[in-house]
Amino acid sequence: MTRISPRLATAMVALVLGCAAPAVQAQNLTIAVGGNITSMDPHFHNLGPNNNIAQYFFDRLVHFDHQQRPIPGLAESWRAIDDKTWEFKLRKGVKFHDGSDFDAQDVLATFKRTPWVPNSPSSFTAMVRGVDVTVVDPHTLIFKTAAPRPLLPLDMAIVNIVNRKNVEAPTAEFNAGRAMLGTGPFKFKEFVPGDRVAMERNDAYWGTKSPWSTVTTRIVTNSSARTAALLSGDVQIIDQVQTADIPRLRQNANLRIESVTSNRLIYLHLDHNRDVTPFAFDKASGQPLAKNPLKDLRVRQALSKAINRQAIAERVFDGQAIPAGGLLPDGFFGASPKLKPDALDAAAAQNLLRAAGFPNGFKLTIHGPNDRYPEDDKVLQAIGPMFTRVGIETAVQPMPWSTYVAQAGAPNYSFSVMLVGWGSDTGETSSPIRALLATPNRDLGYGASNRGRYSNPKVDELLGKALQTVDTGAREKLLYEASEIGVGDLGLIPLYYQVNLWAMRSNVTYQARSDEYTLAHQVKPR
Amino acid sequence: MTVFIIRRLMQSALVLIIMSLLVFFGVFAIGDPVEIFVAADADQAERERAIKALGLDRPIWAQYGYFVVNALAGDLGRSFVFNIPSIELILQRMPATLELASCAVMLSVVIGIPLGMFAGYRPESRISKTIMATSIAGFSLPTFWVGLMLILVFAVELGWLPSTGRGQLGEFLGIRSSLFTLDGLAHLALPALNLALFNISLVIRLTRAGMRENMPMDYVKFARAKGLSQKRVVFVHVMKNIMIPVVTVIGLEIGQVIAFAVVTETIFAWPGMGKLIIDSINNLDRPVIVAYLLITVIMFIVINLVVDILYSVLDPRVRLADAGKS
Repeated sequence: MTRISPRLATAMVALVLGCAAPAVQAQNLTIAVGGNITSMDPHFHNLGPNNNIAQYFFDRLVHFDHQQRPIPGLAESWRAIDDKTWEFKLRKGVKFHDGSDFDAQDVLATFKRTPWVPNSPSSFTAMVRGVDVTVVDPHTLIFKTAAPRPLLPLDMAIVNIVNRKNVEAPTAEFNAGRAMLGTGPFKFKEFVPGDRVAMERNDAYWGTKSPWSTVTTRIVTNSSARTAALLSGDVQIIDQVQTADIPRLRQNANLRIESVTSNRLIYLHLDHNRDVTPFAFDKASGQPLAKNPLKDLRVRQALSKAINRQAIAERVFDGQAIPAGGLLPDGFFGASPKLKPDALDAAAAQNLLRAAGFPNGFKLTIHGPNDRYPEDDKVLQAIGPMFTRVGIETAVQPMPWSTYVAQAGAPNYSFSVMLVGWGSDTGETSSPIRALLATPNRDLGYGASNRGRYSNPKVDELLGKALQTVDTGAREKLLYEASEIGVGDLGLIPLYYQVNLWAMRSNVTYQARSDEYTLAHQVKPR
Repeated sequence: MTVFIIRRLMQSALVLIIMSLLVFFGVFAIGDPVEIFVAADADQAERERAIKALGLDRPIWAQYGYFVVNALAGDLGRSFVFNIPSIELILQRMPATLELASCAVMLSVVIGIPLGMFAGYRPESRISKTIMATSIAGFSLPTFWVGLMLILVFAVELGWLPSTGRGQLGEFLGIRSSLFTLDGLAHLALPALNLALFNISLVIRLTRAGMRENMPMDYVKFARAKGLSQKRVVFVHVMKNIMIPVVTVIGLEIGQVIAFAVVTETIFAWPGMGKLIIDSINNLDRPVIVAYLLITVIMFIVINLVVDILYSVLDPRVRLADAGKS
């Protein structure tokens, strides 16, 4: 028997493994995601994790690239014929997973199903409401709206197109897989609530096909467990990496981290409405101040200048956060380049407080969640002493999101200063201006999340104009102006933009996305 | 015995009513579920639509009345988040938890009783002292920490076992469970051990105490004098006597382990009921919370009943009689 030297044996094993490994690994991809997927029905619950998984099986007329710029999806092209009329040209030769053809009837069915879904806790009705669809030919659609609606193509990037057969399929049919008939890059195999979603490649996909023949998305809501699953090699990629794990993952040569600035702004909302606000007290007496100090621009400026955003980004987030001065990071549509983060300036803050009639400051309690955004309670605890340093003696009150959110907004408005976040699903600034800065108005749908009840007729007017201006350049100018006025007035105090983080084995790559979505077909073997 | 059971059932009904009232109004007091479900960028019209769709626009007492009427017909409402009847949702998750819990309880019996008996039989031996010292650790270390350590050692460093999740399901006699596949068992090992650790320690200590208490007793001396073998004395006569407290505790622990495997299930991403209840509480998914707690109460009631009946089997001196007569 010939003897094989250990070194040779090792080399041979490595060779065999080296040949076999890429072929095997390009077959299966296992992902661990932190969001809890509650349903397969793409129209049931407008919720990040659900919208994410729906993109595996369904397409939309318009898609978003990794920075939320609209790109053609099932619609090859679209244009505004006039202010109230849009023409969408559909892609030809697209097939559903069962081999049937996709055409305009499926879009009509989707428009019919979207507002119909029973018991929906959060629907997609707003995207299709008030849109009158006419079919010109199987691949041309005319959308008519009562008022100009420049954001219509962006709305179409959120609504998933289902097959006409399933126009009245209840949610349960989707969860069981019987109605999971889409045009997307994957065919549905199995959904085990709270555990996993399994799928296989759609070899007839019209776009770039998935490099993986089967994909399993596992739901692992605990961040440490997600990291452990990656470290042990059970999964190849995880999302929502927690800050504490970053240094450890970076040191590991078998792993890589991909990151991108997200569309989510974390900010402070201030009570702009009441004459006496419940959580600003006189330092000496401890009684609520007779006059709401937050209504004074100088006080708001002082608060903003007291915050060391750079320190928050570096210390709390290990560098994985971007100090914010506006509503969306640079590069997003409507994000004014003029809005820069306020630098820390304690002396200026004290001067401003003096000028506002608070030479000795006052007492303040700030509120925020402790389980909603990464490190939210730590940020709150960092801001407290920063305010205290300029003379505003600040107490910090973090609480669970479920308790917090109901009290923070309408109709209770229980707090004075509150930490909240806003992710812009449309990827442009009309979304935060409309929800956070515009005067609450039910009929217009303005200010639905304006928890500080900031109100400025000028902002409302500019926003109203922007939402009716189809011309892109003119609309962007109006949005610049509205955000410069609203943020300049400190209708809210911007703190930082979150950074979306993915960690993966070094044999795969992923282009990090600003919309937080993990898309298996875009995870590439290396 | 019949009277005993009927009395028990009546008490149980009262507990259920009080429980449902507490939970229903408690969850209502915490916050507004719609604020949590609804997409952040929803406008006011969409919020109103959601409130109506979920039946939250009616006054709370009307909602409760509606719930009671439906509950009497066996319908505990639909989950707000999943749009699935809450009972169905819980039953979907139950097999995973039962599997985990039964393994944990089995481990605590199979490991706990022999070790405890040994430690009680030879209290001075070094092995016994080691067992007792380790059981203190099993008692006092927090479950989530032990769980993470188990993952770190066995999954990340050694790579012997998978870190999280439930493995492949096998089918045997129509039951689908991960107990029937190797992959399933490998996934089950760490979470079951983690969940069992506390119970193993508990059983060890109880058994040891029972052993030490019983060994010097007269009946043991008498048995020995009668010339019975040591084996028979320990494994038949003493064992029977130390089992009574152990059975009580194991019974209660089954309930505990099923209903509150929350921590273990979260760390190991085990798709069981514990994870469901935590998610539901975070989402204020009231129908699921109410249904879950009602089922838990029923489960405890049944377990207690079974334990009481087992007593009378193990110890003929115990009679299940009316309070007045015994």
